[in-house]
Amino acid sequence: MSLRRFILNRILAIIPILFGVSLITFGLVHLTPGDPVSQMFALNPDVGPNEEAQIRAEYGLDGSITDQYITWITNVMTGDFGQVISTNRDVGSIIVARLPATIALGVFGWAFGLAIAIPAGIYAAVHKNELGDDVSRFLALSGISIPNFWLGLILILVGSLWLGLWPVLAPSRLPLYHPSMLWYLILPGLTIGTGAAAGIMRVMRTSMGEEMNKEYVTAARAKGLPERQVVLKHVLRNSLISVVTLAATLTAGIVSGSVVVEVVFNWPGLGRELINAINGREVNMIMAITLFTGVFIILANLLADILYAVLDPRIRYD
Amino acid sequence: MLGVAVVLLMSLAAIFARPIVVAGIPIQPFGLAPHDPGTILYLGADPSAGIYDPPSTDYPMGTDNSGRDLFSRVVYGGRYSISIGFIVIAINGTIGAVYGAVSGYYGGWVDEIMMRIVDTIFAFPFLILALIIVAVLGSSYWNLVLAFTLFGWAGYGRLVRGEVLSIKENEYVLAAKALGAKDRTVIFKHIIPNAMPPLLVLATLGIGTTVIGVAALGFLGLGLGPGTAEWGTMLDATRETLIQGPEGQIPWWATVFPGGAIFLFVMAMNLIGDGVNDALDAQETGIGSQGGGA
Repeated sequence: MSLRRFILNRILAIIPILFGVSLITFGLVHLTPGDPVSQMFALNPDVGPNEEAQIRAEYGLDGSITDQYITWITNVMTGDFGQVISTNRDVGSIIVARLPATIALGVFGWAFGLAIAIPAGIYAAVHKNELGDDVSRFLALSGISIPNFWLGLILILVGSLWLGLWPVLAPSRLPLYHPSMLWYLILPGLTIGTGAAAGIMRVMRTSMGEEMNKEYVTAARAKGLPERQVVLKHVLRNSLISVVTLAATLTAGIVSGSVVVEVVFNWPGLGRELINAINGREVNMIMAITLFTGVFIILANLLADILYAVLDPRIRYD
Repeated sequence: MLGVAVVLLMSLAAIFARPIVVAGIPIQPFGLAPHDPGTILYLGADPSAGIYDPPSTDYPMGTDNSGRDLFSRVVYGGRYSISIGFIVIAINGTIGAVYGAVSGYYGGWVDEIMMRIVDTIFAFPFLILALIIVAVLGSSYWNLVLAFTLFGWAGYGRLVRGEVLSIKENEYVLAAKALGAKDRTVIFKHIIPNAMPPLLVLATLGIGTTVIGVAALGFLGLGLGPGTAEWGTMLDATRETLIQGPEGQIPWWATVFPGGAIFLFVMAMNLIGDGVNDALDAQETGIGSQGGGA
């Protein structure tokens, strides 16, 4: 299969998944009988049935559930995610405004993960079963076991309250691209990146170990290449391919991690917006962020698949 | 082994934390925790105890934001997270095993459709799905279980399906079919039992993930009701005062101990998972690599 056909196949395959994602998003929010309007006004005696019907019509909630889905999905396709009911603001524009903060957090998390995991993976492969290997194994296990919201609280406790290096809350007035924001990004970034670092470390450790036993390593050594070059040029490169397969899972982990971490650090991103929307029962916002998350992860998966096929052409023939 | 010891210890401590009485009959009479998790100490037991008392010999983990004994609450708190973890994994493992076995065994378009459904579920981080389910249905013990099982089986389904694809080519399966065994018999008697080992590893790790997930929902204010002695909910209750406690002190103990309990339990569970994985040498299944946190 040519690379082009492979990519085309993968793109076609995600179409039914995108449809399914929209169904789940819509279905989840409509799990319970009654719509957001009746939930909103159930405890409010001032709102009469006429006003309720009027509001329902205004938000397109007066049709059958299938009609509502069709209305919603058609609007979404044209880029209209509806309004936030309580403030009448456009959901789409809020998402656009919040997205950069979450992306910055995610990129920092990823970068931190790679920066820790790659050297640790190399070390583990070269010094297999030595003390340092055990230590890094233990650290990786701790990293995937530690609840990220607790890690965040502990970092605030130590970094902000005891050492006083960071203010407890990042200044909200500064724009994201301001250089000093990088400093405020460190604590939430570390929190979100720890899980990723631990995940990559564990995979790197296994794959480096496997690669080290392959024949090309023996061949490279036999022709007199220095060990350093064998590890860094040959083994590392092949081991990194296995990290690519992990990329989509890790990205999903970072996305859900961002919800918690943004709440802990009061970081103005999409995750905190989702929690606000849930607390305020803002159905349009909940659906928009959920759908956005689903589509984002599907695209991340697609990208990882393609990258994998480019790096390891054998996969295209599966 | 260390992992098994910690998990057993914490589970038993939670069970025996306070007596369990069902319909007036005491089923479990022991009370390891010195106080009821809901008791506000200064209202009765100990008028000298305040809110956010630091750890002392009387209250080894201090008292919390309402003047309750934190040690009792941490020990007792395992009841929620740990039991939800085990129930959720039992349900997910069962559904996943049957789903994956059917999908892998029949193959063809059945497999195609069933796996597209799994792919769709995988497009969402499980915490976000659980968040929305709890937000929509309201939070209660069984809604939390539902939140983690409604879609949580998908990972197990995918794993079992992969196993089944290789198992069904084995001669004993072909022999059973040749002898006229029904599909159902082949699936339940020959295929699922042989797909168990990797499923077991994933389930062990899954308990840890679920415990973190339950605590995360509690922390976000969507778990059990406020004031419940559940680890995540306890962290949420003290979040505001972490920064500025009463009289300017920082009540670090109210954050460190409940979170430490989650960490310890999940770490122990992951140690067990790793141990089982090594013992079965199931590394090629690629499980155990999911990222941390919730």
